[in-house]
Amino acid sequence: MLAESLFFSAVLFTIGVVGVLTRRNAIILFMCVELMLNAVNLTFVAFAQAYGAAGQVFVFFVMTVAAAEAAVGLAIIIALFRHRQTVDLTNINLLKG
Amino acid sequence: MQESVSLFYTFHFYLFGIIAVVSALLFVTRKSPVAAALWLVNTMFSLAALYVMLDAHFIGAIQVLVYAGAIMVVFLFVIMLLNLGDPSEIADARGQGWKLAAGFVGLALLAQTFALTRATTPPSLTLPYGAGAERVAREGAIAPIAEPLFREYLLAFEVTSILLLAAVVGAVVLGRRRTVHAR
Amino acid sequence: MLLQHAASAGSHPLSGTAAEWVWLLPLLPLLGFLVNGALSLASAFRFGPDDPSADHGHATHAHPASHAEAQDAPGHHHEHGAHGDDHHPVARHKFANLATLVGPAVLGASFALALAIFFAMQGAHADAPFVQRYFSWMPVGDLQIDVAFQLDQLSMIMVLVITGVGTLIHLFSVGYMQDDPGYPRYFAYLNLFVFFMLLLVLGANYPMMFIGWEGVGLCSYLLIGFWFSEKANADAGKKAFIVNRIGDFGFLVAMFLLFANLGTLDYVGVAAAAPSLVFGGALVTAICLFLFLGCTGKSAQIPLYVWLPDAMAGPTPVSALIHAATMVTAGVYLIARSAAIFAMAPAASLTVVVVGALTALFAASIGLKQWDIKKVLAYSTVSQLGFMFIAVGAGAYVAGVFHLVTHAFFKALLFLGSGSVIYAMHRAYHATHSHEDAQDMRNMGGLKSHMRVTWILMWIATLAIAGVPFFSGFFSKDEILGFVWQRAGHSTLADTTWLGISGRPILYAVYFMGLAAALMTAVYMTRMMIYTFHGPNRTGERERAHLGEAPWVMTGPLVVLGMLSALGGWLNLPSFAKFLGPAHVLDHWLEPVVGPATAMVARGAPEIAHSTEYMLVGAAVAIGLLGIAIAFARLKPAPLVPKSQALPEEGFERVLANKYYVDEAYDAALVQPTVRLSRGLLWRGVDSGLIDGVAVNGSASVARFIGWMGSQLQSGQVGTYAWVLVIGVVAVLGAFTLR
Repeated sequence: MLAESLFFSAVLFTIGVVGVLTRRNAIILFMCVELMLNAVNLTFVAFAQAYGAAGQVFVFFVMTVAAAEAAVGLAIIIALFRHRQTVDLTNINLLKG
Repeated sequence: MQESVSLFYTFHFYLFGIIAVVSALLFVTRKSPVAAALWLVNTMFSLAALYVMLDAHFIGAIQVLVYAGAIMVVFLFVIMLLNLGDPSEIADARGQGWKLAAGFVGLALLAQTFALTRATTPPSLTLPYGAGAERVAREGAIAPIAEPLFREYLLAFEVTSILLLAAVVGAVVLGRRRTVHAR
Repeated sequence: MLLQHAASAGSHPLSGTAAEWVWLLPLLPLLGFLVNGALSLASAFRFGPDDPSADHGHATHAHPASHAEAQDAPGHHHEHGAHGDDHHPVARHKFANLATLVGPAVLGASFALALAIFFAMQGAHADAPFVQRYFSWMPVGDLQIDVAFQLDQLSMIMVLVITGVGTLIHLFSVGYMQDDPGYPRYFAYLNLFVFFMLLLVLGANYPMMFIGWEGVGLCSYLLIGFWFSEKANADAGKKAFIVNRIGDFGFLVAMFLLFANLGTLDYVGVAAAAPSLVFGGALVTAICLFLFLGCTGKSAQIPLYVWLPDAMAGPTPVSALIHAATMVTAGVYLIARSAAIFAMAPAASLTVVVVGALTALFAASIGLKQWDIKKVLAYSTVSQLGFMFIAVGAGAYVAGVFHLVTHAFFKALLFLGSGSVIYAMHRAYHATHSHEDAQDMRNMGGLKSHMRVTWILMWIATLAIAGVPFFSGFFSKDEILGFVWQRAGHSTLADTTWLGISGRPILYAVYFMGLAAALMTAVYMTRMMIYTFHGPNRTGERERAHLGEAPWVMTGPLVVLGMLSALGGWLNLPSFAKFLGPAHVLDHWLEPVVGPATAMVARGAPEIAHSTEYMLVGAAVAIGLLGIAIAFARLKPAPLVPKSQALPEEGFERVLANKYYVDEAYDAALVQPTVRLSRGLLWRGVDSGLIDGVAVNGSASVARFIGWMGSQLQSGQVGTYAWVLVIGVVAVLGAFTLR
């Protein structure tokens, strides 16, 4: 089932990318990134079935990092919201310069 | 390597895959963040089913527990906290032109990843069919992943714990309310 | 290789003699240039209104405050209001005395050394040239050009003329330029000129000559524009340099052809390789014609003579040295040096003859109607140079060099004499604060009673140039015309065709043109003498009291030159004048250098019959005396009026007075189109538009635009960055998939 898994994974990843490019809401953008990570997890698991358990270990770590990242990222978004009263990314250009 | 899998298996594989894709599409196109989050949860459930079907039982369980159960819950917490539930407050996605361009880029990416999936793999590396399932049946669901985790990837495991610590500290610091700097 | 062979061999008769010091000859004037140049620069860096080295010129008119201060400073000849004339203010330079010491002294020392070398050469009787090689200058592939000096009979003659006449002119300049603020600068340039001229004649190969060639062109420019604060003088300098450059192009092309085909550029090598070329072939003719193009530039022949009359804007001693005695003769020297090649190209030699004859006639006709005394002499120089080219073109190289030497004597005398006259006129006008033209003959007249010595000496020179017997010019000019007649009868030139016409009638025509030019020469020179020295004085009542002879530092050299003009003919007495002294001295002297070439051109011509010879001599004498007689009979000074009251010329006289409008024609045909092209296309189009607009500003705006594009990426918005990221990923994946 390797090919099918990769197919699904590619589609999910692309959907995630389009979402990142299109949405303005910071939280939804973040969730699209999570979607991309999930797609990659699917790839890894599919390969793990073919090539050995190391793929699953990778997924394990990805999940861990995603959790940490979600925590910190959401904390940032909350801080941003407190500052700007909005999560609309088009208005936020603090990275400029 | 390939022995034919049963129709039952294939049907359900495709079923869960399509559910995942459709859920993802719905997730990306929702205006309301809560609705979007819930659709994402659905996607994750489908993916967990796929994992189990791919002989990664432990990972499937972890997916539900951590991803859908913890991470998405945190997302929902934040959405509720910031009171973003009302769809009318949130502006839609970017304009038409952006969506079109994003569509093109997405198609390009899709095409490229498809082309990459066509790559052939050396047969010497592939495991025999059903090796994963057999191992799970023999040693249990956790052993296949625990063994490399605590052997070859021990360092990564330990470092990850530090990463989590850093994340916790970071989240606390960043989430703190700014007190007035009197001095 | 021949060069090294000739030099390294200590077996040359001149080795170990004074000739070993030949390198010192140009070095001494160079030293003088450095010292005088330092003197002129040293004073330039001290400020103050009483510093005379700052050329105040017209600027001082605008500063009456500093003017008043300057008046009180000692050693000043400033007079309130008047500043001599337009040419130069009156203010003796601070370091003038030192420059007086150094300037003429180095040249005198050079002349003494030249004499020593000359006597050594006389005693040595060398056949091969003495070459001293100093270092290898341009070893490039097959080409080996060395810095080397070649001392043979031809270069010796030129060195003697340059240093000898040069010393006299330096002495004259001491008096003439004594009140000029640029005194050390003048001597610096003059010394530099002599240095380059010596390099020109002493060089052992064409590139060395070319260094000197260019260098004298540079010094000519510097000296013509000596009083550069006046635009006309600066323009004259520019004109001289630019017109010369056109000739230099010809010289260069000739050098390229020589190297490409003969593989060598030194005289010894070229002379050896010349006979291997095809006689009268396209290559030799091309080389000679290009060399001659260089000569027309440097020696002011048609079509590049136009700079010489304008060059009279420089100080008169400069005109004497550069534009009479030495620089303009460089072309004649070049052809004499390249005799071996010119003898191989009869068509090119005929071209030289024809151009020389045309120039002689043309310039003489213009000289008939000039009023500026220096312009008359300028056109006379052009005309006499034409005679020299007739000679060397006709293969009579010795005759050409002979006339070069005698012309140096009497033309320098004429110029310096006119310098004395102009000096006296200047002083007179200065005293009466008049602004009349001190050089116009219509303002002169009757000066013989005021300047006896100058008058006598100038008459000696006039008789010489007119070809009156037993003066130097008579012998040299007669020899030229005699040789033309001889060549017309029997020579390689007579047997050639030139533009379809046979050489023989051309040469006969040239002979008669020479006679006509000689007639006109006598006429205009006598005219000059009559209008300047004879008749009533037109200078003015008040000025007359101030007219007088120049100081002895100026008149002394005139006397020496007068003696040389009178006795110079003894250099090369013809056979029929054997009763006067040894005959053919110069012929024998130059035999080793130009003998073979002369013989080739003459092609074994029989000795000219005595009856023919006497006829030719008689014709030349008759023409000269006829010219003088015509001038005295027809050109009466009485009806002349001073320049300010003179009426403009009419009819053909106006054409002559305006030099056949050649300058105007050149201006319309060449100068204006070039200026328009430069201004319109090259300046506005290429420089402003293309280079400034597109290349400089354009590249700057492109860079700015790229920067702006880049700045747009730094929007600070995460969305933009996400876009960039994704596009990058697509690109990288594209590389993988498309591979």
